[in-house]
Amino acid sequence: MTNGIKEIADADFILATGTNTTEGHPIIGLQVKKALRNGATLVVVDPRKTEMAEMAQYHLQIKSGTDIALLNGFAHVIIAEDLWNKQFVQERTEDFEALKEIVAKYTPGYVAEITGVPAETIREVARGYAKAINASILYTMGLTQHICGTHNVFAVANLTMLCGQIGKASSGVNPLRGQNNVQGACDMGALPAFFPAYQPVANEANRAKFAAAWGVPEMPAGPGLTVPQIINAAGEGKIKGLYIMGENPALSDADANHAVHSLENLEFLVVQDIFLTETALLADVVLPAASFAEKDGTFSNTERRVQLIRKAVEPVGNAKPDWEIICLLSTAMGYRMQYDSPKEIMIEITQVTPSYGGITYDRLEQGSLQWPCPTTDHPGTPFLHTGKFGRGLGKFNPVEYVEPDELPDEEYPLVLSTGRRLYHYHTGTMTQRTGALEIAYAEEHLEVNPVDAANLGINDGDFVKVSSRRGEVTVAARITEKVAPGLVFTSFHYPEVAINKLTNAALDPISKIPEYKVCAVKVEKLPATAAEKAS
Amino acid sequence: MANITLTIDGIQVTVPKGSTVLEAAKTAGVFIPTFCHDPELSKPGACRICVVEIPGMRNLPASCVTEAQEGMVVNTQTPAILAARKTILELLLANHPEDCLTCPKNGECKLQEYAYFYGVKADTLKGAKHDYPVEDDNPFIVRDMNKCILCGRCIRMCDEIQGKHIIDFAYRGFNSKVTPAMDTPYSESDCAFCGNCVAVCPVGALSEKGMLRKGRRWEIQKVKTTCPYCGAGCNFDLNVKDGKVIGVTSTDGDVNGRALCVKGRFGYGFIHHPDRLTTPLIKKNGKFEEASWEEAINLVAEKLGGIKAKYGADANAILSSARCTNEENYLMNKFSRVVLGTNNIDHCARL
Amino acid sequence: MSKVTLTINGKQVTVPAGTSVLDAAREAGFFIPTLCHDPANPGFGACRLCVVEIKGARNMPASCVTEATNGMVVETESPAVMQARRTIIELLLANHPTECLTCDKNGDCRLQDYAYRYDVRQASFEGEKHDYPLEDSNPYIIRNMNKCVLCGKCVRTCAQVEDRQVIDFTFRGFQTKVAPAMNTDLAGSDCVYCGRCVAVCPVGALLYKPMAGKARTWELTKKQTTCTFCDAGCQFDLNYKDGKVIGITANTPGEGRPLCLKGRLGLELLYVDKPLTPMLKKDGEFVEVTWAEVLGLESVFEKLKAQETQK
Repeated sequence: MTNGIKEIADADFILATGTNTTEGHPIIGLQVKKALRNGATLVVVDPRKTEMAEMAQYHLQIKSGTDIALLNGFAHVIIAEDLWNKQFVQERTEDFEALKEIVAKYTPGYVAEITGVPAETIREVARGYAKAINASILYTMGLTQHICGTHNVFAVANLTMLCGQIGKASSGVNPLRGQNNVQGACDMGALPAFFPAYQPVANEANRAKFAAAWGVPEMPAGPGLTVPQIINAAGEGKIKGLYIMGENPALSDADANHAVHSLENLEFLVVQDIFLTETALLADVVLPAASFAEKDGTFSNTERRVQLIRKAVEPVGNAKPDWEIICLLSTAMGYRMQYDSPKEIMIEITQVTPSYGGITYDRLEQGSLQWPCPTTDHPGTPFLHTGKFGRGLGKFNPVEYVEPDELPDEEYPLVLSTGRRLYHYHTGTMTQRTGALEIAYAEEHLEVNPVDAANLGINDGDFVKVSSRRGEVTVAARITEKVAPGLVFTSFHYPEVAINKLTNAALDPISKIPEYKVCAVKVEKLPATAAEKAS
Repeated sequence: MANITLTIDGIQVTVPKGSTVLEAAKTAGVFIPTFCHDPELSKPGACRICVVEIPGMRNLPASCVTEAQEGMVVNTQTPAILAARKTILELLLANHPEDCLTCPKNGECKLQEYAYFYGVKADTLKGAKHDYPVEDDNPFIVRDMNKCILCGRCIRMCDEIQGKHIIDFAYRGFNSKVTPAMDTPYSESDCAFCGNCVAVCPVGALSEKGMLRKGRRWEIQKVKTTCPYCGAGCNFDLNVKDGKVIGVTSTDGDVNGRALCVKGRFGYGFIHHPDRLTTPLIKKNGKFEEASWEEAINLVAEKLGGIKAKYGADANAILSSARCTNEENYLMNKFSRVVLGTNNIDHCARL
Repeated sequence: MSKVTLTINGKQVTVPAGTSVLDAAREAGFFIPTLCHDPANPGFGACRLCVVEIKGARNMPASCVTEATNGMVVETESPAVMQARRTIIELLLANHPTECLTCDKNGDCRLQDYAYRYDVRQASFEGEKHDYPLEDSNPYIIRNMNKCVLCGKCVRTCAQVEDRQVIDFTFRGFQTKVAPAMNTDLAGSDCVYCGRCVAVCPVGALLYKPMAGKARTWELTKKQTTCTFCDAGCQFDLNYKDGKVIGITANTPGEGRPLCLKGRLGLELLYVDKPLTPMLKKDGEFVEVTWAEVLGLESVFEKLKAQETQK
């Protein structure tokens, strides 16, 4: 996020695209509601009629995967009506002409055809965004889980720079991160191409620096693999050994059947987790880890805020905190890793991670800190890109709309999209075992529009078989106008409805994110007997 | 901003213009009891327990909605005020179950606190008492409307912070009641069970179902931590008794204040779930067998080391975790690059 | 010493011969509630809360007065045991003021603990309730006999010290009451306010008056201290609220540790933020006296003064 969570409340225009904020990030949703109370305009771009969409002045129910067309359409209107921020574009950006050229053809009429959003609505929203005193764009996986996910983000950045809606309070580009410490895992170098603080592995000086810091002669230079590439390489027999800590790709990866086959193809799989997950079942060795309540440490939230977690109880049974397990394993493999506590690990982190340089447990005891926080007297950084962008001038990266990788056809006539429910989290490993949440939201269903339901002869509650070219699941249908005709939706929280068996693993070539949000499926009503068996 | 100076119980205090008498008293270190007041919410001035005496004012004004003025002289502990507070407490207690014996909020209840402080007994006034059934048909929140003192904090929390406005006052007079539209239970309303109403309830009307009979409030140790679910980074207190997490309650979080969502507040049950892995497992002949740490670690070291030796460093890979701490991800990145000698490390940032 | 092995809740437990089932169970980590049991005065067996099921035994024996024997099979929380305990608590509550709201023992009351543990709400039985007047006619101990559960711990601990034996059970049946001879108040008795009775009372029947109304039990942190006024070495707790000592309470009166008023008052003078003026009974009336007099230091002071004037 370029801004803090609380700044959202002071925005007077919020464009929320591909985010079901009140379910996926309920507490961030509160700031959106607060902004609405303060008189802000909310625009929600979502193929589903979510609670957020109901709250919004404008709900743009686009066809899945047409975001670039829409965003370019906004830019077209803003340039055509001369609403762009000339001073900002002149002083802080470059390549404006390239953008102007590309978006020229994205007239409201043309965009309306692609997206299904009325031309006049596109004009109104574009004007509102451009004229707002401060406008915040929120997005999550609805924008990024497409083969053109990175381009979607470029299109957002183009729009933001065009209007100068960045680099000030309550105004900017705010991806809401889905997991408690996904920000921190990235910051800490759990990425193939980067050391901590995004220092590229490809850079020789960086490698030398880390080799020295860690007391070894050299660092591997070859480019590492991303999750989907690791899974594929396992399937192809190129990866032989895999060490998984706290992840469940057997349920969470797109085209999950393929993921399971790939994991089965490994010579050796070790899984470290708090439960015997679907992935752990495939492992050769399972290591029991401590939960968040059983260890000390820090998480970094979506606004780069580093906060303490504190040990409240002892680990269950013989479980150990993950950091202790890694130390044991490393030491057993001949590289001595020994720390008395996570506090001691943080001291080492600050020495090699410039953006965390000033973060200490003693400071965190007094309150959280937002990185960049380079020195112990630095107060932390609430919002980014004040005065200048990381690279100097902001560069317009104009992008063209492309269709999703897999479109509906005669055999698979519907679009499947996936997402989250308020009551559950990810593959349900935790939320299915709380004694409360799984009672309130006891079973998953597939959202089907009444028009499609009528065509398919499905009643509410009927069991249906949903299948794609890659797999199938059985699930109860929920007839609802939340989804537009032609779209069906469900979550990936339920092992019984392992929807990622169906999703398309086609990747965005830049970010390597699979297209979870669009794949072609067919839905068939199950005969009563089969349905009974399934239930 | 302009400041004003006033005198409260003989103490001179200077506060920003626009402050209430209650806020000024707090600055001066003078205690004034409150039920309906909440610094984060709008001010209805309903419960009147915060009344004070200000010469020149008619009656006893409620300090929470009276603006402090330059030169104002305020008394907070005169006999008239004490009598008024006692009467308010007696009236509230006249229609309140004498249930501290087993009440889940015993020890953390404003009504109890003030009754003790002002020496008010429960049975001074006799009158009609409500006999509502206790509502516990949802897995999260128990509502005992017999204990409700109609302060309305839950209503304002739900409306002003949570933005849902599920509940409001219904009926009139003695029959006034806080309820969802059409007097349904929470379970039949649009309630999303964030439990933020529970967090602000000053008495035992709203309580966490999961904490019922798990421990008295004074036996609970609170440990402030950060939520393990989404990326918002809310803070809350883990409530611990006898080495077990028995509940989650609000604290003052940097991101979330006291607000939490249903997962953060009520999704802690997995910590002590019987399915938790408690010992290392090694698969032998297709079946998991329990193993010692030494055995398991040595086996993993041998296998990963063997693969590295046989096929090269890049035949191993690591999936690190967006669920684990910074420290753990840092060590995993170090382990991958130093010990395995590969950059094949990633995590599910893309999910 | 010879040992016996028995089974409690399926767990094998070995204890020295002569151990009670209660102690054996507690040793093994099992919870058994007690009201009348006093480790310093064991073997009373009155309150019956500690009943357990023992295979082959007639009825449910009280574990505090049942000796553990070889091969014994004990269940401490079987449905029948739970039911019996609930009924006992219900009966006690039927004649107990529901006054936790303002009771000074709220949070440190065994009856409350067990009612919570066994989920016994008030008023399961409706019946007659006592309405004794509150006795606070002396400066040190408040007696609220409406809250007395007749466990007799105060009676027995008082009797343990020679020359005391001030209180005992009086009357019969529902009228049974703990009182000094002739049912006078403490002020009218030979009571020396040592406070042993208050130290053992499991409920809100007996309170230290100097601490009444000063704090809820959960607001207090305790720090143990040893009285040095004589060589008995009685243990007391300093009770802190908001960083200040607001009162002194006696720990369990152990063997050879009689507790006395002088010791407690001395500690109050030493530690308590604002100690109350001490009082002594003179000619049947309590009157305010100097700290020197109450601590028996008058003659010492006089001698010191005399020394001063001689100089």
